[in-house]
Amino acid sequence: MTGYLPLTYWDLVAASVFLILNAVFSILLDLGLTRTLIVSALRMTVQLILVGLILKAIFFAGSLLWTMLAAIVMLGFAGREIWARQDRRLIGVWGPGLGAAAMLVAGTLVTLYALAGLIRPDPVWLPQYALPLFGMVLGNTMTGVSLGLDTLHTALAQGQRAVEAQLLLGRTRWEATRPFVRQALRSGFTPIINAMAATGVVSLPGMMTGQILSGVDPREAVKYQLLIMFLLGGATGLGVLGATFGSVWRLTDARHRLRLDRLTGGSR
Amino acid sequence: MLEIRKLTTPLIGPIDLMLEPGTCSAISGASGAGKSLFLRAIADLDDNSGQISLGGTVRSEMPAPDWRRKVAYIPAESGWWAERVADHFDQTTGLGTLLDAVGLADALSWEVSRLSTGERQRLALVRALQTDPKVLLLDEPTSALDPPSVERVEALLKERLASGSALLLVTHDPGQPKRFAARRYHMASGKLSPLDQPEKAS
Repeated sequence: MTGYLPLTYWDLVAASVFLILNAVFSILLDLGLTRTLIVSALRMTVQLILVGLILKAIFFAGSLLWTMLAAIVMLGFAGREIWARQDRRLIGVWGPGLGAAAMLVAGTLVTLYALAGLIRPDPVWLPQYALPLFGMVLGNTMTGVSLGLDTLHTALAQGQRAVEAQLLLGRTRWEATRPFVRQALRSGFTPIINAMAATGVVSLPGMMTGQILSGVDPREAVKYQLLIMFLLGGATGLGVLGATFGSVWRLTDARHRLRLDRLTGGSR
Repeated sequence: MLEIRKLTTPLIGPIDLMLEPGTCSAISGASGAGKSLFLRAIADLDDNSGQISLGGTVRSEMPAPDWRRKVAYIPAESGWWAERVADHFDQTTGLGTLLDAVGLADALSWEVSRLSTGERQRLALVRALQTDPKVLLLDEPTSALDPPSVERVEALLKERLASGSALLLVTHDPGQPKRFAARRYHMASGKLSPLDQPEKAS
């Protein structure tokens, strides 16, 4: 093992040379990307430095309350992101609520299971383990849920006639929406399935890379990565299933009607 | 048989209507008058209030899927959810006869995307008749058909009338109500009014 090699802030400035080079090219070639490029780079820098400070403070405080508060803020951002990524959204509190609830249940269940049953830090909620783990689980579940809901809502809105034709033949709301549910689940599951298939062959996952760079034996890093991937796959699956069926339940009613009036209009 | 009392939605009604077994009622009226909305409300496809009963059984006491099998609504534009025609039908014993009756005996092996509007219209009717409904709510059932097909479909519907079903027909074809000896109604801005006495069958 080589051990962990710390970076100075000057190292970071030096690392941004190539990014600045890109900005120069953008000006020379009149790509109009300079502004966006610099703004996003600065935004990322500020966000990450802040996150570093906040995490440092939370780790230092070592309090359950602060750890939970951080988890709730993360959930809030992820819920907003799901809401923003949908072309057509459920109206009312269901819009932001359903995705967030699905992530909350799936993410919390999987994270707690991993912490209490597998990784077993002491105490179980130790922020050094709980927050990064919850963050990874949320990030992947978020992608799956937003894709699943977006696909479902667009498909139902465009397929109203097909759904109602089945309802009119005496099928239940679950039978009539099955082709669309299947489509939504498939698109929600695709990113995590692709990630599992490509991991290790095309890309080394960020967490594993990080552990290897900080001096951990690659075999140990692989074990951690596998654990994480299984958890991510599980949480994404539960989240996508919960959100999709929850949304079908909301977009139909007890008299087996399709209730597109509970969906906002879309732009495509 | 089918009793409708004070059927109301935000856009139409209140509407009262009584359908007797073996009879046909026809509704005319301008586009946008609410004819299709009325049929949708009877089939419980849109939120509505009022009381509807079939042969004494109140609609709200029956699960909606059961209701729609007995009171079948066939919209003017049919919906399709699979690629092959066959996937839209239950393989019942009477299916061949029904398809033959509308002149589409071979249609099961076809693809939906290659059907003409008239073929879709006839297949959607067959699909709905498979559940052996007691009441048929027909929204312009022959609007896209050529004269020979109109004749076939009307013959099939008259068969249903003879076996005791009730028909509620929305049509723009001035001759059609007469051919079914229909009681005629007119719909304007969501209100239904009787036009005249039933006419003799031609």
